[in-house]
Amino acid sequence: MSGEEFVPLSLTPMLIGVLAAVACALPGNFLVLRKQALIGDAISHVVLPGIVVAFLLTGMVAAAPMMLGAAGAALVSVVMIEAIRRLGNIEPGAAMGLTFTTLFATGVLLLEQSDTSTVHLDVEHALYGNLESLIWLDAIGWGSLLDPVALAGLPPELGRVVIALLGVCAFLWLFWRPLVLSTFDESFAQAMGVATNRLGVALVMVAALAAVAAFDAVGSIIVIAMFICPPSAARLMTNRLEHQVAWSVVFAVLSAVLGYVFAGYGPLWLGFGNAVSAAGMIATVSGVILAFTACFAPHRHRSGAPAV
Amino acid sequence: MGLEVAANRGATPKAEILAGSPLAIRGMTVSYGQKPVVFSVDMTVAEGSMTAIIGPNGAGKSTLLKAALGIVQPLAGEALVFGKPLRSARHRIAYVPQRASVDWDFPTRVIDVVLMGLYRELGLLRRLRPHHLEKARACLKRVGMTDFADRQIGQLSGGQQQRVFLARALAQEADLYLLDEPFAGVDAATEKAIIDVLKSLRSDGKTVVAVHHDLTTVRSYFDRVFLINTRKMAEGAVDEAFTSENLNQTYGGRLATGQIDQLELAAG
Amino acid sequence: MFWNALTLQLGYNATLVTIGATLLGIAAGVTGTFLYLRKRALVSDAISHATLPGVGIAFMLMVLLGGDGRALSGLLFGAAVSSWIGLLCVSWLTRFTRLSEDAAIGAVLSVFFGFGIVLLTVIQTMGAGRAAGLEGFLLGSTAGMLFNDALVIAGGGALTLLAVLILRRPMTLLAFDPEYAASRGINVGRMDLVIMALALAVTVIGLKVVGLILIVAMLIIPPVTARFWTERTDHMVLISGLCGGLAAWVGAALSAFAPAMPTGPIIVLTSFALFLVSLLLAPNRGIVAVYLRHVRFQRRVHMRQGLLALAQGQPIYEGFTLRLLQRAGLSQADGVATDSGRARAAKALRDEKRWELVRADQAFESAAALYDGLRDIETVLTGDQISEIDQRIGGPQGVAT
Repeated sequence: MSGEEFVPLSLTPMLIGVLAAVACALPGNFLVLRKQALIGDAISHVVLPGIVVAFLLTGMVAAAPMMLGAAGAALVSVVMIEAIRRLGNIEPGAAMGLTFTTLFATGVLLLEQSDTSTVHLDVEHALYGNLESLIWLDAIGWGSLLDPVALAGLPPELGRVVIALLGVCAFLWLFWRPLVLSTFDESFAQAMGVATNRLGVALVMVAALAAVAAFDAVGSIIVIAMFICPPSAARLMTNRLEHQVAWSVVFAVLSAVLGYVFAGYGPLWLGFGNAVSAAGMIATVSGVILAFTACFAPHRHRSGAPAV
Repeated sequence: MGLEVAANRGATPKAEILAGSPLAIRGMTVSYGQKPVVFSVDMTVAEGSMTAIIGPNGAGKSTLLKAALGIVQPLAGEALVFGKPLRSARHRIAYVPQRASVDWDFPTRVIDVVLMGLYRELGLLRRLRPHHLEKARACLKRVGMTDFADRQIGQLSGGQQQRVFLARALAQEADLYLLDEPFAGVDAATEKAIIDVLKSLRSDGKTVVAVHHDLTTVRSYFDRVFLINTRKMAEGAVDEAFTSENLNQTYGGRLATGQIDQLELAAG
Repeated sequence: MFWNALTLQLGYNATLVTIGATLLGIAAGVTGTFLYLRKRALVSDAISHATLPGVGIAFMLMVLLGGDGRALSGLLFGAAVSSWIGLLCVSWLTRFTRLSEDAAIGAVLSVFFGFGIVLLTVIQTMGAGRAAGLEGFLLGSTAGMLFNDALVIAGGGALTLLAVLILRRPMTLLAFDPEYAASRGINVGRMDLVIMALALAVTVIGLKVVGLILIVAMLIIPPVTARFWTERTDHMVLISGLCGGLAAWVGAALSAFAPAMPTGPIIVLTSFALFLVSLLLAPNRGIVAVYLRHVRFQRRVHMRQGLLALAQGQPIYEGFTLRLLQRAGLSQADGVATDSGRARAAKALRDEKRWELVRADQAFESAAALYDGLRDIETVLTGDQISEIDQRIGGPQGVAT
C-alpha cells in the first residue's frame, strides 16, 4: 500500500487505536490483579450518561464538556459503588452491576427524551465508536508527518488519547511501588503507612481517564476488552509483574493493529465489499490472543503452593 | 480517632511514663458490627522483650495487633509507639501479616517481596542500588532462603512463604517487630529458623510481639505473655503470668486439665 | 391513560407484552436471588453480552436459508446457544487457567460483544434495511412488536417462572448451605448449572424487552433490594420476585402508554427506586437504622470504659468519654466522679468481676460465650446464679449492687 493512501486514511485511526488500547491495558494490569476487572466494564458503561448530561447542560457536541461529563460520571459511579458496597453491606459485584445498569438506563432515558436526534450522539456510537472516521485529510503521504500545516489537521482525538496515555504512564511510574505493595499485601502496605484506600480510588480514576479518552475515539467495547484481555493474556505469559505489563502492551498493540487491518481489509480479501466494525474486530482479536495464551502460554496454570 | 487523641495529649504525665515502651495500648476497643472483639484493652510491651499474645480463637489477638498498627479503625482507644503517635513512628515498626492474607499467585519473585520491606527507605522514585539488593539478600540469608531469591512466590511451601515474610520484615530494620501467627502451618525446620531469628533480634535489643497459638512452646520461645479473650486477662513475665489459673480464665475451661499439666506452668 | 396501561387496556399486543414482562420480572427476581446468594451476580453480565453473536449468526443463517431473518424465536435460540458457549468459556477459563472469575467474565463479555458488533456490521452490508430491528436487542424495544413476538415473550416468561417455581426448593437449599444440600443428595454442580440455565432463559427472553445491556439489572437489583428486608432465604426469594415483577410491570406499562419511554430503562430505574428506598429505610439493614445503632453502640462502649476507669481511679483521656459521663451526670468537668457516678462505676466493676468468674468457670461456658464487654450480666444469668457468684467473690467489698 502506498503512503499516499495509507497515511491519510489508515495511519491515524490505527495510531489512535493502538494508543487507546495501550492506555487501557496499562491500568488494566492492576485492575485484573486486584480482582477489580469489572470496574472497567462499569466505567465504560457509565460514560454514556456522562456525555448525555454534558450535552444537555451545554447544548453542544464539543469534546471538552463531554470529556468532563464522562469523567464526572466515572467518578459518580466509583463513589456510588463504594457507597452501596459499604453502606448497604453488599458484595462488590452486585454493587457494580446495580450502579452501572442504573446509570446507563438514566443515560438512555435522557437521550430518548431529549432532542439529540439531530446531533451525532447515539447509543450505537457510544458502544462501538467510529475509529474508521478518524482520518487525516490534510495528509498526502509520509512527508506530511514533517509538514506543520498538515499536522495541524490531525484529528483532535489523537491528541486526547496521547495525553491520556501520558497521564496513565506518569501515574504508574510515580506510584509503581505503593501500587504493587498494596495490590500484593494490603495490610502490610497500611502498616507501612500507604493510604491504600486513596490509592485504590486514584487507580480507578486513572483507569477512568483512559476509558474516557479512548471511548471518545473508539467506543466503550474496546475499552472493556483492552482493560481485561491483554493483561489477562499477559498474566499467563510470565510470573513477573514488570514482564506482565510489557506483555500486556505488546498484546494491546497487536490487537489494535491486527484488528484494524482485519476489519478494513479482511472483508475485501474474502471478497466482500465493505469493511466491518474496527472496534468490534479489535476486541475479537484480543479475545483470540487470550484464547491462545489460555491454551498454550507457559504460565497458564495456577502454581500456588498446596494450602496448609 | 485514636491518632488525634494521641496527638492532642502530647505531654500528659501518662505519656511520659509510657515514653519508654515500644508499644503502649490504652483502652483499645474494636468491634466488627455490633460485637466488640477487643474491649478496652491496655497493653504495655517491655523493651527488648519477646511477648506472646495468646488466647482462644476469635479472642481478638490479630485484631489487637491490627488496631495498634492502624489497619483496623478502633472504636475507642489508642496506641503509642515508643511514646509517639503511630504516624510519626511507623518507620520503627516491622509487621508480618498472616500468611493467608495475601494472594500467593501474585506475579512476583521472592527477592521482590523482600525489597518491599525497603519501601520507606526507597520511597516513590529513589533508584534501587546494589546495596539495597545486598541488604535484601542478606535478609534472605538470615532466614535460610538464599537459594530461592529468584523463585516465583507461588512455588514456595507454606513455611518458605513465612520465611520470606520474615525476611521482608528484617529488611525494614525496625526496632519493634509485630508478627501475626508466624508459626501457623509451618514445618518444624521453619519454626526453628524463625525462632532463631527472633531470638537474635532480641539479643540485638529489639522488641518482638507475636500472636501465638501453641501453648506448649510459649515457655521456650517467649519471655513475656499477654493473655487476651476480648478483655485483657493477664500480662507479665512468663514465670508470673503464664499460670494455670490465668489460662483457665482466658480459655474459659476450654483447655483439658491434662493439657495444662504439660505446660510446665509457673506456680500460680 | 397511564392507568389504562397499568390495567392492561391498551390493546392486545401491549397487554401480552406487559404480562410477559411481569412474569419475566418475577422469574428474574427469583433466579437473581440464587445467583446473588451464590455470589455470582455478575455472571449475568457475561451471559447477556454473549447473546449478541448468536443473534447475528441466527439472523444470517435464517437469511441464507431463505427466511426473513427476523423471526424472534430463531434469534432467541441463537442468543441462547452463544451465551451458553460464553458461560462455558467463563467456567473453562476459571478452572483451567490462573485467571480469576471476574477477569474471565470481563474477557468473555467484551470479546463476545465485540464479535457480535462485527457480525452486525457484516449484516448491514448484506442488504440495507434488513438488519433493522437487530439494534433493538441492544436496548430493547417493544414498539411495533408483532403478535407472534409478544406471544413468545409472554409464553417464555410464563415457562421460566414455572421452572423457577418447580425448582425453588433445591435451589433454596443450595443457596443457604451448599454442604448440607450436597448431603441431602443434591448435585451441587448440576444445580449451579440449572441456576445458570434459568438466568440464561431470563436473559434471552428479556432481550427484546429490555435489551442485553440492561437485562442484567433485572437479575441483580431485585435480590439486592430484597436482602435489606429479611435474613431468610425463602422470604428473600419472595420479596425479590415481587420487586422484579413490580418494576417490570410498571416499566412495560409505561412504555406501552408512551412509546417514547423505552421499556428497559424504565424497568431499571423503577427497580433502582425500590432499592434506594430499601437502602435508606429498611428496618434492620437500612442506612438510617445502622447509623443510629452505631452511634448508640459507640456511646455504650465509651460509657462502659469510662465507668470502669472511674471505678479503678484511672484518669480518662478521651474527650468523648468525658463528655458522655458529664452529660449523664456521672462525673464533673475535671473527670472526678459524682456520687451517682461512683455508684454506677462500682456496679460496673462488680459486674466485671462477676464476668471474670463466669468466664473462668466451665459450668457457665454457654453464658461466657456471650461476653462482649457490654452485656449486662443480668441478661445472661438468673438472680440465683448471680448471688452464687457473688458468694464466691466473697464479702461485699464495699460495693453497692
